[in-house]
Amino acid sequence: MSKDAILSLSNVTHDFGGRRVITGRSPTIRAVEDVSFDVRKGDILGIVGESGSGKTTLAKIMLGLLPPTQGEVLLDGTPIIEMSRKRIAERIQFIFQDPYSSLNPRQSVGQIVGYPLYLRGQENAAERDRKARELLDIVGLSSRFFDAYPSQMSGGQRQRVAIARALITRPDLLICDEPTSALDVSVQSQVLNLLLELREEFGLTYVMVSHNMAVIQHMTTRVAVMFLGRIVEMDTSEKVFGTPQHPYTRLLLNSTLSVNQGAGVPDLNVDAEARHAMRDHPSYVSQRV
Amino acid sequence: MLLNVQNLNVMIPTQGGPLHAVQDVSFSVSKGETLCIVGESGCGKSVTALSLLGLLPKSAKRSASRMTFDGQDMITMSDKQIRALRGNRLSMIFQEPMTALNPLHTLGRQLTDVYMAHRRGNREAARQRAVYLLERVGIAKAAERLGQYPHELSGGLRQRVVIAMALMCEPELIVADEPTTALDVTIQAELLRLLAELQKSMGLGMIMITHDLGLVSRIADRVVVMYAGQVIENALAKELFENPKHPYTRALLGSVPDPSHPRMQPLPSIPGTVPSLVQKMEGCHFRDRCAFASEECRVPIPLVGVGAEHVARCIKTGAQAPNARSTAP
Ligand SMILES: Nc1ncnc2c1ncn2[C@@H]1O[C@H](COP(=O)(O)OP(=O)(O)OP(=O)(O)O)[C@@H](O)[C@H]1O
Ligand SMILES: Nc1ncnc2c1ncn2[C@@H]1O[C@H](COP(=O)(O)OP(=O)(O)OP(=O)(O)O)[C@@H](O)[C@H]1O
Ligand code: SF4
Ligand SMILES: [Mg+2]
Ligand SMILES: [Mg+2]
Repeated sequence: MSKDAILSLSNVTHDFGGRRVITGRSPTIRAVEDVSFDVRKGDILGIVGESGSGKTTLAKIMLGLLPPTQGEVLLDGTPIIEMSRKRIAERIQFIFQDPYSSLNPRQSVGQIVGYPLYLRGQENAAERDRKARELLDIVGLSSRFFDAYPSQMSGGQRQRVAIARALITRPDLLICDEPTSALDVSVQSQVLNLLLELREEFGLTYVMVSHNMAVIQHMTTRVAVMFLGRIVEMDTSEKVFGTPQHPYTRLLLNSTLSVNQGAGVPDLNVDAEARHAMRDHPSYVSQRV
Repeated sequence: MLLNVQNLNVMIPTQGGPLHAVQDVSFSVSKGETLCIVGESGCGKSVTALSLLGLLPKSAKRSASRMTFDGQDMITMSDKQIRALRGNRLSMIFQEPMTALNPLHTLGRQLTDVYMAHRRGNREAARQRAVYLLERVGIAKAAERLGQYPHELSGGLRQRVVIAMALMCEPELIVADEPTTALDVTIQAELLRLLAELQKSMGLGMIMITHDLGLVSRIADRVVVMYAGQVIENALAKELFENPKHPYTRALLGSVPDPSHPRMQPLPSIPGTVPSLVQKMEGCHFRDRCAFASEECRVPIPLVGVGAEHVARCIKTGAQAPNARSTAP
């Protein structure tokens, strides 16, 4: 573990399943397999990969929400599973993939955004409201949303609420699972610019899961590529995008749809044989990063 | 023409007053055609889609001067007639897969239920079609997945199930609201090719709502750009990308991150936020954020022809606007 690591994962594996069904037990699914890396202060670590490859599971493990089946996660050197939710929340906040189910439908936007402050219990109600309004302003939502409920908002508006809530306690590490996929490009630019600004201002560290390769390329210092639960490639962002080593990384890059009118959708032709070859291909995890 | 919508308006009552989510929106889709609807979050794309399928909140008021599906008048259709169309000849893929999936039922049950509701036939035939479609949308070992519940799937797997569900009854028109944002780009490419194939072989029409302009540039025949409840530009895809006229469209195209942009430096964006839809705004809705705004923009701006099959809602669509890929004005 390097000395400036905030989070350190060693040999993390997670299995789902073994659920009791009529015919015995359902098969287990290995969602994450033998993942080790450090998240260091100032990093913007991008996690990309196949859907179902374990990215969200890994994010939940990093947040201490899900105890891994094997392996260990250290937050500032302490095993995260031994820490209280409150202590973890002071250091790490998150923005989840889906802005629909991650917001409490019975709370107003003002309450949702101020909720982490309420949990922390340091401010009074008026102070919480003032800070919540300030954050709504930062994420570009007009204060008329303060008393609105999530059901009255569009997807992108809800995602901005989630971002405001995550930033209100000024955490050190923000784990974002698809933070901008519900946003249009102009708002996406605003949010990405905001994340970069906040990083400068508060020395924030990010872990960013995304399917949008252009966003990952623009935003990250390091990238981990996941395939079938494993990290198949990890290196600096320049290396991964400039000289991809693993065939799955190359496939991802070839699948990206940049603006190119009339070019159509590439035919990737990934047959079973190609998938086997990718599965059996050795991983490239750079030791320098 | 498969779908024809003229002067669609949707008003949703809210505490603050009536919210005009969709204002005089018109578009049409032909057999085999892909229409993409793009625009800022909250501009009324999903509400437009929901109003086509009779899925608006109960309190909402919809009006239109014309709304036809395959020649049938949809305005006067009963709820029962709309339900008979929905999931059958007209399918919707929702923005958020969990709204389309019942958390209490297995995938197999849900997929076969749609089929049984509209098609005569036995459950075994339905099951076979479900397995076939799940495999087509890239879910391996589909037969084993049929016994799973939605919460046991990743976001992307769930969305693929929803796409398979939309295809169960061989629809003629699919309305897809952000169907691929939860998917990895490889699966996205495969699904788009699958949809394109179905379009060719079955003449499937498609309305694709998305924020992803890269995707739009690859699949759209025609593009409708919305802003604050209104259509502000409508053109054939080639024309829109080569010759965008409205300042908002130009700024939107300029905000797309691409590798030529210096890494970790601020990306171009459009300053300000969308106006509230609660009061009806007089004049151009983009005015507060537009670099070319002037007094003349305070009166209602009509959609005017600016080229062949190309309309835009701006009085200054001429020379002074910067070209598409440059920074917002
Ligand atoms: N609660 C659960 N019970 C059983 N299996 C699960 C559960 N949650 C996730 N899984 C399985 O674990 C694997 C990894 O899921 P995960 O959500 O981490 O993927 P992901 O990489 O985030 O995918 P996506 O990009 O689609 O969001 C998948 O096969 C999924 O079906
Ligand atoms: N049930 C509702 N009650 C009140 N207002 C609503 C409701 N549903 C949507 N709205 C409002 O209607 C407007 C249009 O919403 P819509 O969901 O169509 O946006 P959108 O263009 O799909 O945005 P996004 O890209 O973020 O999904 C928004 O201002 C939203 O706040
Ligand atoms: S009508 Fe005026 S304010 Fe509106 S987009 Fe055109 S120039 Fe800008
Ligand atoms: Mg996920
Ligand atoms: Mg929407």
